Amino acid sequence: MYSKKVMDYFMNPRNMGEIKDASGVGTVGNAKCGDIMRMYLKVNEKGIIEEVKFKTFGCGAAIATSSMATELVVGKTVEEALKVTNKAVAEALDGLPANKVHCSLLAEEAINAALWDYAEKNNIKIDGLKPPKDDIHEDELEEE
Amino acid sequence: MEEKIVYFDNAATTRIHDNVIDEMIDIYKNEYGNPSSVYDFGNRVKTIIERSRKSLADNLGVDAKEIFFTSGATEADNWAILGAARKLKSKGKHIITSTIEHHAVLHAAEQLEKEGFEVTYVPVRADGILNFEEFKKALRDDTILISIMAVNNEIGTIQPIKEIVEYVKGKGILVHTDAVQLIGKMKVDIKDLGVDMLSLSGHKIHGPKGIGALYIRKGVQIENLIFGGGQEKKKRPGTENVAGIVALAKALEITLENVDEKEARILELREYYIDKVLEIIPYVRLNGCRQNRIPGNANFSFNFIEGESMLLALDMYGICASSGSACTSGSLDPSHVLLGIGLPHEIAHGSLRVSISEYNTKEEIDYLLEVLPGIIEKLRNMSPLYEDFLNNKGV
Repeated sequence: MYSKKVMDYFMNPRNMGEIKDASGVGTVGNAKCGDIMRMYLKVNEKGIIEEVKFKTFGCGAAIATSSMATELVVGKTVEEALKVTNKAVAEALDGLPANKVHCSLLAEEAINAALWDYAEKNNIKIDGLKPPKDDIHEDELEEE
Repeated sequence: MEEKIVYFDNAATTRIHDNVIDEMIDIYKNEYGNPSSVYDFGNRVKTIIERSRKSLADNLGVDAKEIFFTSGATEADNWAILGAARKLKSKGKHIITSTIEHHAVLHAAEQLEKEGFEVTYVPVRADGILNFEEFKKALRDDTILISIMAVNNEIGTIQPIKEIVEYVKGKGILVHTDAVQLIGKMKVDIKDLGVDMLSLSGHKIHGPKGIGALYIRKGVQIENLIFGGGQEKKKRPGTENVAGIVALAKALEITLENVDEKEARILELREYYIDKVLEIIPYVRLNGCRQNRIPGNANFSFNFIEGESMLLALDMYGICASSGSACTSGSLDPSHVLLGIGLPHEIAHGSLRVSISEYNTKEEIDYLLEVLPGIIEKLRNMSPLYEDFLNNKGV
Protein backbone atom coordinates (compact mmCIF):
# COMPACT_ATOMS: atom_id res chain seq x y z
CA MET A 1 0.00 0.00 0.00
CA TYR A 2 2.83 2.44 0.86
CA SER A 3 6.13 3.09 -0.94
CA LYS A 4 9.34 1.83 0.66
CA LYS A 5 10.21 5.41 1.46
CA VAL A 6 6.96 6.04 3.33
CA MET A 7 7.55 2.88 5.36
CA ASP A 8 11.13 3.95 6.07
CA TYR A 9 10.03 7.39 7.29
CA PHE A 10 7.24 5.80 9.31
CA MET A 11 9.46 3.23 10.99
CA ASN A 12 12.49 5.53 11.37
CA PRO A 13 11.07 9.02 11.52
CA ARG A 14 13.63 11.82 11.11
CA ASN A 15 13.39 14.87 13.38
CA MET A 16 10.77 13.43 15.71
CA GLY A 17 10.52 15.25 19.02
CA GLU A 18 10.12 18.70 20.53
CA ILE A 19 12.16 21.89 20.63
CA LYS A 20 11.86 23.40 24.08
CA ASP A 21 12.81 26.96 23.07
CA ALA A 22 11.25 26.86 19.61
CA SER A 23 10.91 30.07 17.58
CA GLY A 24 7.56 28.86 16.29
CA VAL A 25 5.17 26.00 17.01
CA GLY A 26 2.15 25.06 14.89
CA THR A 27 -0.47 22.39 15.47
CA VAL A 28 -2.98 21.42 12.77
CA GLY A 29 -5.57 18.74 12.16
CA ASN A 30 -8.09 17.35 14.60
CA ALA A 31 -8.58 14.28 16.68
CA LYS A 32 -11.95 13.60 15.18
CA CYS A 33 -10.39 12.85 11.80
CA GLY A 34 -7.54 10.99 13.43
CA ASP A 35 -4.71 13.31 12.35
CA ILE A 36 -2.89 15.92 14.43
CA MET A 37 0.49 17.33 13.44
CA ARG A 38 2.68 19.63 15.50
CA MET A 39 5.77 21.33 14.07
CA TYR A 40 8.52 23.06 16.03
CA LEU A 41 10.88 25.45 14.24
CA LYS A 42 14.07 27.08 15.39
CA VAL A 43 14.93 30.08 13.23
CA ASN A 44 18.29 31.79 13.62
CA GLU A 45 19.00 35.52 13.43
CA LYS A 46 19.64 35.25 9.68
CA GLY A 47 16.11 33.98 9.16
CA ILE A 48 17.27 30.45 8.40
CA ILE A 49 15.43 27.48 9.85
CA GLU A 50 18.19 25.61 11.59
CA GLU A 51 16.17 22.99 13.40
CA VAL A 52 12.76 21.39 12.86
CA LYS A 53 10.97 18.77 14.94
CA PHE A 54 7.57 17.20 14.70
CA LYS A 55 5.04 15.21 16.66
CA THR A 56 2.14 13.47 14.97
CA PHE A 57 -0.95 11.57 16.02
CA GLY A 58 -2.11 9.73 12.95
CA CYS A 59 -1.65 6.99 10.41
CA GLY A 60 1.60 5.85 8.79
CA ALA A 61 1.29 8.40 6.00
CA ALA A 62 0.68 11.23 8.48
CA ILE A 63 3.83 10.33 10.39
CA ALA A 64 5.93 9.89 7.23
CA THR A 65 4.74 13.14 5.61
CA SER A 66 5.39 15.21 8.72
CA SER A 67 8.85 13.73 9.04
CA MET A 68 9.61 14.36 5.36
CA ALA A 69 8.31 17.92 5.66
CA THR A 70 10.80 18.63 8.43
CA GLU A 71 13.63 17.49 6.18
CA LEU A 72 12.41 19.64 3.31
CA VAL A 73 12.36 22.86 5.33
CA VAL A 74 15.45 22.52 7.49
CA GLY A 75 18.29 24.77 6.31
CA LYS A 76 15.91 26.92 4.29
CA THR A 77 14.96 30.54 4.81
CA VAL A 78 11.50 31.25 6.11
CA GLU A 79 10.42 32.42 2.64
CA GLU A 80 11.79 29.27 1.00
CA ALA A 81 10.09 27.07 3.58
CA LEU A 82 6.78 28.66 2.77
CA LYS A 83 7.16 27.44 -0.80
CA VAL A 84 7.41 23.75 0.21
CA THR A 85 4.16 22.30 -1.09
CA ASN A 86 2.28 19.16 -0.21
CA LYS A 87 3.13 17.91 -3.67
CA ALA A 88 6.85 18.22 -2.95
CA VAL A 89 6.37 16.27 0.30
CA ALA A 90 4.46 13.51 -1.47
CA GLU A 91 7.00 13.33 -4.31
CA ALA A 92 9.91 13.13 -1.89
CA LEU A 93 8.20 10.06 -0.42
CA ASP A 94 7.85 8.44 -3.87
CA GLY A 95 4.12 9.12 -3.85
CA LEU A 96 1.19 8.51 -1.55
CA PRO A 97 -1.97 6.44 -2.02
CA ALA A 98 -4.83 8.65 -3.31
CA ASN A 99 -6.72 8.51 0.00
CA LYS A 100 -3.61 9.73 1.87
CA VAL A 101 -2.93 12.90 -0.08
CA HIS A 102 -4.66 14.89 2.67
CA CYS A 103 -1.82 13.87 5.00
CA SER A 104 0.67 15.76 2.84
CA LEU A 105 -1.66 18.77 2.82
CA LEU A 106 -1.72 18.64 6.58
CA ALA A 107 2.09 18.59 6.64
CA GLU A 108 2.15 21.73 4.48
CA GLU A 109 -0.37 23.37 6.81
CA ALA A 110 1.70 22.38 9.85
CA ILE A 111 4.79 24.14 8.47
CA ASN A 112 2.66 27.15 7.64
CA ALA A 113 1.19 27.20 11.14
CA ALA A 114 4.63 27.04 12.76
CA LEU A 115 5.88 29.86 10.52
CA TRP A 116 2.83 31.92 11.41
CA ASP A 117 3.55 31.44 15.10
CA TYR A 118 7.17 32.49 14.53
CA ALA A 119 6.07 35.62 12.62
CA GLU A 120 3.52 36.54 15.29
CA LYS A 121 6.01 36.12 18.13
CA ASN A 122 8.62 38.21 16.39
CA ASN A 123 6.18 40.70 14.98
CA ILE A 124 7.41 40.27 11.42
CA LYS A 125 5.49 40.07 8.20
CA ILE A 126 6.22 37.26 5.75
CA ASP A 127 4.87 37.58 2.24
CA GLY A 128 2.37 34.89 1.34
CA LEU A 129 1.94 33.66 4.92
CA LYS A 130 -1.66 33.08 5.89
CA PRO A 131 -3.10 32.50 9.36
CA PRO A 132 -3.52 28.78 10.05
CA LYS A 133 -6.91 27.17 10.25
CA ASP A 134 -7.48 26.38 13.89
CA ASP A 135 -9.64 23.35 13.61
CA ILE A 136 -8.00 21.25 16.28
CA HIS A 137 -10.80 21.56 18.73
CA GLU A 138 -13.61 22.06 16.32
CA ASP A 139 -16.44 19.64 16.66
CA GLU A 140 -17.69 19.81 13.11
CA LEU A 141 -15.86 18.29 10.20
CA GLU A 142 -14.96 20.61 7.40
CA GLU A 143 -14.30 17.84 4.95
CA GLU A 144 -16.87 15.79 3.07
CA MET B 1 11.66 -7.57 8.35
CA GLU B 2 10.65 -11.04 9.40
CA GLU B 3 9.09 -13.77 7.35
CA LYS B 4 6.90 -15.31 9.98
CA ILE B 5 3.19 -14.58 9.91
CA VAL B 6 1.34 -14.38 13.19
CA TYR B 7 -2.30 -14.24 12.23
CA PHE B 8 -4.62 -12.51 14.70
CA ASP B 9 -7.30 -11.33 12.28
CA ASN B 10 -9.63 -14.31 12.46
CA ALA B 11 -12.75 -12.16 12.69
CA ALA B 12 -11.86 -10.85 9.21
CA THR B 13 -11.16 -14.22 7.65
CA THR B 14 -9.64 -17.53 8.63
CA ARG B 15 -7.12 -20.08 7.48
CA ILE B 16 -8.84 -22.90 5.57
CA HIS B 17 -8.63 -26.31 7.21
CA ASP B 18 -6.32 -28.59 5.18
CA ASN B 19 -8.99 -31.28 4.87
CA VAL B 20 -11.38 -28.71 3.44
CA ILE B 21 -8.87 -27.77 0.75
CA ASP B 22 -8.38 -31.47 -0.08
CA GLU B 23 -12.11 -31.91 -0.58
CA MET B 24 -12.34 -28.81 -2.74
CA ILE B 25 -9.50 -29.96 -4.98
CA ASP B 26 -11.19 -33.32 -5.38
CA ILE B 27 -14.42 -31.61 -6.47
CA TYR B 28 -12.68 -29.26 -8.87
CA LYS B 29 -10.68 -32.10 -10.42
CA ASN B 30 -13.20 -34.88 -10.53
CA GLU B 31 -16.70 -33.49 -10.15
CA TYR B 32 -16.93 -30.60 -12.53
CA GLY B 33 -20.19 -31.70 -14.11
CA ASN B 34 -23.14 -29.34 -14.02
CA PRO B 35 -25.54 -30.49 -11.29
CA SER B 36 -28.53 -29.52 -13.44
CA SER B 37 -27.62 -31.89 -16.30
CA VAL B 38 -29.27 -35.17 -17.18
CA TYR B 39 -26.22 -37.43 -17.54
CA ASP B 40 -24.85 -39.09 -14.46
CA PHE B 41 -21.49 -37.27 -14.47
CA GLY B 42 -23.36 -34.03 -13.80
CA ASN B 43 -26.35 -35.36 -11.98
CA ARG B 44 -24.27 -37.15 -9.37
CA VAL B 45 -22.91 -33.74 -8.33
CA LYS B 46 -26.43 -32.89 -7.23
CA THR B 47 -26.18 -35.76 -4.76
CA ILE B 48 -22.91 -34.30 -3.47
CA ILE B 49 -24.57 -30.91 -2.97
CA GLU B 50 -27.54 -32.42 -1.16
CA ARG B 51 -25.26 -34.48 1.07
CA SER B 52 -23.47 -31.26 2.06
CA ARG B 53 -26.74 -29.43 2.60
CA LYS B 54 -27.85 -32.22 4.91
CA SER B 55 -24.60 -32.18 6.85
CA LEU B 56 -24.75 -28.40 7.29
CA ALA B 57 -28.40 -28.54 8.32
CA ASP B 58 -27.75 -31.36 10.80
CA ASN B 59 -24.96 -29.37 12.40
CA LEU B 60 -27.33 -26.42 12.82
CA GLY B 61 -30.33 -28.39 14.02
CA VAL B 62 -32.54 -27.57 11.04
CA ASP B 63 -34.03 -29.27 8.01
CA ALA B 64 -31.94 -29.43 4.82
CA LYS B 65 -34.82 -27.83 2.94
CA GLU B 66 -34.34 -24.70 5.02
CA ILE B 67 -30.75 -24.09 3.85
CA PHE B 68 -30.04 -21.98 0.76
CA PHE B 69 -26.49 -21.49 -0.47
CA THR B 70 -25.34 -18.00 -1.38
CA SER B 71 -22.11 -16.30 -2.45
CA GLY B 72 -21.44 -15.36 1.15
CA ALA B 73 -23.00 -13.68 4.15
CA THR B 74 -23.26 -10.27 2.47
CA GLU B 75 -25.61 -11.76 -0.09
CA ALA B 76 -27.44 -13.73 2.59
CA ASP B 77 -27.96 -10.57 4.68
CA ASN B 78 -29.08 -8.56 1.66
CA TRP B 79 -31.42 -11.29 0.54
CA ALA B 80 -32.98 -11.79 3.97
CA ILE B 81 -33.56 -8.09 4.59
CA LEU B 82 -34.50 -6.85 1.13
CA GLY B 83 -36.40 -10.05 0.26
CA ALA B 84 -38.44 -10.11 3.47
CA ALA B 85 -39.23 -6.39 3.50
CA ARG B 86 -40.35 -6.35 -0.13
CA LYS B 87 -42.48 -9.43 0.42
CA LEU B 88 -44.19 -7.96 3.48
CA LYS B 89 -44.56 -4.34 2.41
CA SER B 90 -48.33 -4.55 2.22
CA LYS B 91 -48.35 -5.59 5.88
CA GLY B 92 -46.14 -2.81 7.15
CA LYS B 93 -43.11 -0.74 6.30
CA HIS B 94 -41.15 -0.60 9.54
CA ILE B 95 -37.89 -2.43 10.19
CA ILE B 96 -35.74 -2.64 13.30
CA THR B 97 -32.00 -3.18 13.36
CA SER B 98 -29.13 -1.95 15.56
CA THR B 99 -26.46 0.74 15.28
CA ILE B 100 -23.63 -1.81 15.39
CA GLU B 101 -24.62 -4.12 12.54
CA HIS B 102 -22.28 -5.12 9.75
CA HIS B 103 -22.49 -2.91 6.66
CA ALA B 104 -24.12 -5.79 4.79
CA VAL B 105 -27.12 -5.19 7.04
CA LEU B 106 -26.87 -1.42 7.54
CA HIS B 107 -26.52 -0.59 3.87
CA ALA B 108 -29.34 -2.98 2.96
CA ALA B 109 -31.51 -1.16 5.52
CA GLU B 110 -30.52 2.17 3.97
CA GLN B 111 -31.58 0.84 0.59
CA LEU B 112 -34.98 -0.01 2.06
CA GLU B 113 -35.28 3.55 3.37
CA LYS B 114 -34.84 4.72 -0.22
CA GLU B 115 -37.66 2.37 -1.17
CA GLY B 116 -39.99 3.99 1.34
CA PHE B 117 -39.47 1.79 4.39
CA GLU B 118 -38.79 3.23 7.83
CA VAL B 119 -35.88 1.85 9.80
CA THR B 120 -35.20 2.20 13.52
CA TYR B 121 -31.54 1.74 14.48
CA VAL B 122 -31.63 0.62 18.11
CA PRO B 123 -28.59 1.77 20.12
CA VAL B 124 -26.37 -0.48 22.19
CA ARG B 125 -25.27 0.02 25.77
CA ALA B 126 -21.74 1.13 26.61
CA ASP B 127 -20.80 -2.54 26.99
CA GLY B 128 -21.73 -3.23 23.37
CA ILE B 129 -24.92 -5.17 24.03
CA LEU B 130 -28.28 -4.19 22.59
CA ASN B 131 -30.26 -1.78 24.73
CA PHE B 132 -33.28 -3.99 25.23
CA GLU B 133 -35.48 -1.23 26.65
CA GLU B 134 -34.86 0.85 23.53
CA PHE B 135 -35.53 -2.20 21.42
CA LYS B 136 -38.91 -2.70 23.08
CA LYS B 137 -39.77 0.95 22.52
CA ALA B 138 -38.87 0.65 18.84
CA LEU B 139 -41.52 -1.98 18.16
CA ARG B 140 -44.56 -0.73 16.28
CA ASP B 141 -47.76 -2.19 14.91
CA ASP B 142 -46.36 -1.95 11.41
CA THR B 143 -42.97 -3.54 12.25
CA ILE B 144 -42.44 -6.40 9.80
CA LEU B 145 -38.79 -7.33 10.26
CA ILE B 146 -36.07 -7.31 12.90
CA SER B 147 -32.43 -7.88 11.96
CA ILE B 148 -29.95 -8.00 14.83
CA MET B 149 -26.54 -9.63 14.63
CA ALA B 150 -25.82 -12.62 16.88
CA VAL B 151 -22.27 -11.54 17.68
CA ASN B 152 -20.62 -8.24 16.83
CA ASN B 153 -17.65 -8.57 14.51
CA GLU B 154 -15.54 -5.80 16.07
CA ILE B 155 -16.01 -6.19 19.80
CA GLY B 156 -17.31 -9.77 19.93
CA THR B 157 -20.30 -9.00 22.14
CA ILE B 158 -23.09 -11.58 22.13
CA GLN B 159 -26.53 -10.13 21.41
CA PRO B 160 -29.76 -11.33 23.08
CA ILE B 161 -31.29 -13.01 20.00
CA LYS B 162 -33.28 -15.59 21.93
CA GLU B 163 -34.78 -12.88 24.14
CA ILE B 164 -35.73 -10.86 21.07
CA VAL B 165 -37.46 -13.87 19.51
CA GLU B 166 -39.28 -14.57 22.79
CA TYR B 167 -40.36 -10.99 23.14
CA VAL B 168 -41.89 -10.65 19.69
CA LYS B 169 -43.44 -14.10 19.59
CA GLY B 170 -46.95 -14.05 18.16
CA LYS B 171 -46.58 -10.53 16.79
CA GLY B 172 -46.04 -11.77 13.25
CA ILE B 173 -42.65 -10.07 12.91
CA LEU B 174 -39.83 -11.88 11.11
CA VAL B 175 -36.53 -12.09 12.96
CA HIS B 176 -33.28 -12.34 11.03
CA THR B 177 -29.82 -12.64 12.52
CA ASP B 178 -26.41 -12.23 10.94
CA ALA B 179 -24.69 -15.10 12.73
CA VAL B 180 -21.39 -14.93 10.85
CA GLN B 181 -19.37 -14.42 14.03
CA LEU B 182 -21.34 -16.93 16.10
CA ILE B 183 -21.47 -20.01 13.89
CA GLY B 184 -18.45 -22.23 14.46
CA LYS B 185 -17.70 -20.70 17.85
CA MET B 186 -20.14 -22.96 19.65
CA LYS B 187 -22.77 -25.54 18.85
CA VAL B 188 -25.75 -23.55 17.62
CA ASP B 189 -29.23 -25.02 17.37
CA ILE B 190 -31.15 -22.61 15.14
CA LYS B 191 -34.49 -24.09 16.17
CA ASP B 192 -33.62 -23.38 19.78
CA LEU B 193 -32.50 -19.85 18.88
CA GLY B 194 -35.89 -19.46 17.24
CA VAL B 195 -35.06 -17.02 14.44
CA ASP B 196 -36.83 -17.03 11.07
CA MET B 197 -33.70 -16.36 9.04
CA LEU B 198 -29.99 -16.67 9.75
CA SER B 199 -26.93 -15.76 7.67
CA LEU B 200 -23.62 -17.55 7.83
CA SER B 201 -20.32 -17.47 5.97
CA GLY B 202 -17.72 -20.05 4.95
CA HIS B 203 -14.52 -18.09 5.29
CA LYS B 204 -15.08 -17.17 8.94
CA ILE B 205 -15.16 -20.84 9.95
CA HIS B 206 -11.98 -22.06 8.23
CA GLY B 207 -13.73 -22.54 4.90
CA PRO B 208 -13.24 -20.69 1.60
CA LYS B 209 -14.39 -17.23 0.57
CA GLY B 210 -17.29 -16.92 -1.84
CA ILE B 211 -19.70 -19.28 -0.09
CA GLY B 212 -22.30 -18.71 2.57
CA ALA B 213 -25.84 -19.69 3.35
CA LEU B 214 -29.15 -18.30 4.40
CA TYR B 215 -31.38 -20.35 6.65
CA ILE B 216 -35.03 -19.62 5.93
CA ARG B 217 -37.47 -21.26 8.31
CA LYS B 218 -40.01 -23.48 6.62
CA GLY B 219 -43.11 -21.48 5.81
CA VAL B 220 -41.33 -18.11 5.61
CA GLN B 221 -41.69 -16.50 2.20
CA ILE B 222 -39.29 -13.87 0.94
CA GLU B 223 -38.76 -12.36 -2.50
CA ASN B 224 -35.82 -13.37 -4.66
CA LEU B 225 -32.85 -11.05 -4.78
CA ILE B 226 -31.45 -12.29 -8.09
CA PHE B 227 -33.12 -13.85 -11.09
CA GLY B 228 -32.08 -16.67 -13.38
CA GLY B 229 -32.25 -20.44 -13.50
CA GLY B 230 -34.06 -22.86 -11.23
CA GLN B 231 -31.28 -23.67 -8.75
CA GLU B 232 -31.90 -23.70 -4.98
CA LYS B 233 -35.59 -24.42 -5.47
CA LYS B 234 -35.89 -21.43 -7.79
CA LYS B 235 -35.00 -19.12 -4.92
CA ARG B 236 -31.36 -18.48 -5.62
CA PRO B 237 -30.35 -18.96 -9.25
CA GLY B 238 -26.86 -19.56 -10.63
CA THR B 239 -24.90 -22.75 -11.22
CA GLU B 240 -23.95 -24.02 -7.80
CA ASN B 241 -20.54 -23.30 -6.30
CA VAL B 242 -20.12 -27.02 -5.71
CA ALA B 243 -16.62 -26.97 -4.23
CA GLY B 244 -17.66 -24.07 -2.02
CA ILE B 245 -20.78 -25.85 -0.82
CA VAL B 246 -18.87 -29.02 0.01
CA ALA B 247 -16.19 -26.94 1.70
CA LEU B 248 -18.68 -24.95 3.76
CA ALA B 249 -20.31 -28.09 5.14
CA LYS B 250 -16.93 -29.72 5.79
CA ALA B 251 -15.52 -26.59 7.43
CA LEU B 252 -18.43 -26.41 9.84
CA GLU B 253 -18.15 -30.11 10.60
CA ILE B 254 -14.43 -29.85 11.40
CA THR B 255 -14.76 -26.57 13.27
CA LEU B 256 -17.48 -28.01 15.49
CA GLU B 257 -15.44 -31.11 16.41
CA ASN B 258 -14.56 -30.65 20.10
CA VAL B 259 -15.63 -27.05 19.72
CA ASP B 260 -16.12 -26.50 23.45
CA GLU B 261 -12.58 -27.64 24.23
CA LYS B 262 -11.14 -25.56 21.41
CA GLU B 263 -13.03 -22.45 22.45
CA ALA B 264 -12.06 -22.98 26.10
CA ARG B 265 -8.42 -22.93 25.03
CA ILE B 266 -9.03 -19.82 22.87
CA LEU B 267 -10.71 -18.13 25.83
CA GLU B 268 -7.72 -18.92 27.99
CA LEU B 269 -5.40 -17.28 25.43
CA ARG B 270 -7.67 -14.26 25.18
CA GLU B 271 -7.96 -13.77 28.92
CA TYR B 272 -4.20 -14.10 29.24
CA TYR B 273 -3.73 -11.45 26.55
CA ILE B 274 -6.28 -9.08 28.11
CA ASP B 275 -4.83 -9.48 31.61
CA LYS B 276 -1.30 -8.87 30.37
CA VAL B 277 -2.21 -5.79 28.32
CA LEU B 278 -4.07 -4.26 31.26
CA GLU B 279 -1.09 -5.03 33.45
CA ILE B 280 1.76 -3.77 31.28
CA ILE B 281 0.29 -0.94 29.16
CA PRO B 282 -1.18 2.19 30.76
CA TYR B 283 -4.08 4.24 29.38
CA VAL B 284 -5.92 1.39 27.67
CA ARG B 285 -9.57 0.52 27.51
CA LEU B 286 -11.14 -2.85 26.71
CA ASN B 287 -13.98 -2.22 24.30
CA GLY B 288 -17.12 -4.28 24.82
CA CYS B 289 -18.28 -6.43 27.70
CA ARG B 290 -15.50 -8.77 28.84
CA GLN B 291 -17.77 -11.63 29.91
CA ASN B 292 -20.56 -11.62 27.38
CA ARG B 293 -18.38 -11.91 24.28
CA ILE B 294 -17.12 -14.72 22.09
CA PRO B 295 -13.85 -16.26 23.29
CA GLY B 296 -11.64 -15.20 20.37
CA ASN B 297 -12.15 -11.44 20.50
CA ALA B 298 -10.10 -8.79 22.30
CA ASN B 299 -10.57 -5.16 21.31
CA PHE B 300 -8.55 -2.48 23.05
CA SER B 301 -8.27 1.25 22.59
CA PHE B 302 -4.82 2.63 23.27
CA ASN B 303 -5.10 6.31 24.14
CA PHE B 304 -3.15 9.00 22.25
CA ILE B 305 -2.33 6.90 19.19
CA GLU B 306 -4.00 5.98 15.92
CA GLY B 307 -4.86 2.47 14.81
CA GLU B 308 -3.43 2.29 11.32
CA SER B 309 0.03 3.21 12.54
CA MET B 310 -0.23 0.42 15.12
CA LEU B 311 -1.19 -2.08 12.40
CA LEU B 312 1.70 -0.99 10.17
CA ALA B 313 4.18 -1.33 12.99
CA LEU B 314 2.81 -4.76 13.95
CA ASP B 315 3.02 -5.79 10.29
CA MET B 316 6.76 -5.14 10.44
CA TYR B 317 6.88 -8.00 12.93
CA GLY B 318 4.64 -10.20 10.80
CA ILE B 319 1.63 -9.70 13.06
CA CYS B 320 -1.78 -9.32 11.39
CA ALA B 321 -4.55 -7.56 13.31
CA SER B 322 -7.15 -4.91 12.61
CA SER B 323 -8.40 -1.55 13.82
CA GLY B 324 -11.51 0.58 13.77
CA SER B 325 -9.62 3.75 12.86
CA ALA B 326 -10.88 5.94 10.04
CA CYS B 327 -7.75 5.22 8.03
CA THR B 328 -8.62 1.55 7.91
CA SER B 329 -12.32 2.06 7.34
CA GLY B 330 -11.72 4.17 4.26
CA SER B 331 -13.78 7.07 5.59
CA LEU B 332 -13.13 10.06 7.82
CA ASP B 333 -15.02 8.56 10.70
CA PRO B 334 -13.76 5.71 12.83
CA SER B 335 -15.78 2.51 13.25
CA HIS B 336 -19.53 2.98 13.73
CA VAL B 337 -19.41 0.18 16.29
CA LEU B 338 -16.92 1.97 18.52
CA LEU B 339 -18.79 5.25 18.15
CA GLY B 340 -21.96 3.22 18.84
CA ILE B 341 -20.68 2.18 22.28
CA GLY B 342 -20.02 5.85 23.01
CA LEU B 343 -16.28 6.18 22.45
CA PRO B 344 -14.98 9.65 21.57
CA HIS B 345 -13.45 9.82 18.09
CA GLU B 346 -9.82 9.93 19.19
CA ILE B 347 -10.25 6.84 21.38
CA ALA B 348 -12.07 4.98 18.61
CA HIS B 349 -9.22 5.83 16.22
CA GLY B 350 -6.79 4.06 18.55
CA SER B 351 -8.44 0.66 18.61
CA LEU B 352 -6.77 -2.67 18.01
CA ARG B 353 -8.75 -5.86 17.45
CA VAL B 354 -7.00 -9.15 18.03
CA SER B 355 -9.11 -12.13 17.00
CA ILE B 356 -7.87 -15.58 17.94
CA SER B 357 -8.59 -18.94 16.31
CA GLU B 358 -7.79 -22.55 17.07
CA TYR B 359 -4.57 -22.18 15.05
CA ASN B 360 -3.10 -19.59 17.42
CA THR B 361 -0.73 -20.57 20.21
CA LYS B 362 0.36 -19.16 23.53
CA GLU B 363 3.79 -18.53 21.98
CA GLU B 364 2.15 -16.25 19.44
CA ILE B 365 0.34 -14.30 22.17
CA ASP B 366 3.63 -13.97 24.01
CA TYR B 367 5.29 -12.71 20.83
CA LEU B 368 2.53 -10.11 20.42
CA LEU B 369 2.89 -9.09 24.06
CA GLU B 370 6.62 -8.79 23.54
CA VAL B 371 6.40 -6.32 20.64
CA LEU B 372 3.18 -4.44 21.41
CA PRO B 373 4.30 -2.34 24.41
CA GLY B 374 7.30 -1.02 22.47
CA ILE B 375 5.13 -0.06 19.50
CA ILE B 376 2.62 1.73 21.74
CA GLU B 377 5.39 3.55 23.54
CA LYS B 378 7.11 4.61 20.33
CA LEU B 379 3.87 5.93 18.83
CA ARG B 380 2.91 7.69 22.03
CA ASN B 381 6.27 9.42 22.15
CA MET B 382 5.49 10.70 18.67
CA SER B 383 2.00 11.87 19.62
CA PRO B 384 1.18 15.52 20.37
CA LEU B 385 -1.89 14.26 22.27
CA TYR B 386 0.36 12.33 24.64
CA GLU B 387 2.66 15.32 24.98
CA ASP B 388 -0.31 17.52 25.94
CA PHE B 389 -1.55 14.87 28.34
CA LEU B 390 1.81 14.65 30.10
CA ASN B 391 2.13 18.44 30.26
CA ASN B 392 -1.34 18.81 31.74
CA LYS B 393 -0.61 16.07 34.21
CA GLY B 394 2.57 17.82 35.28
CA VAL B 395 0.73 21.05 36.05
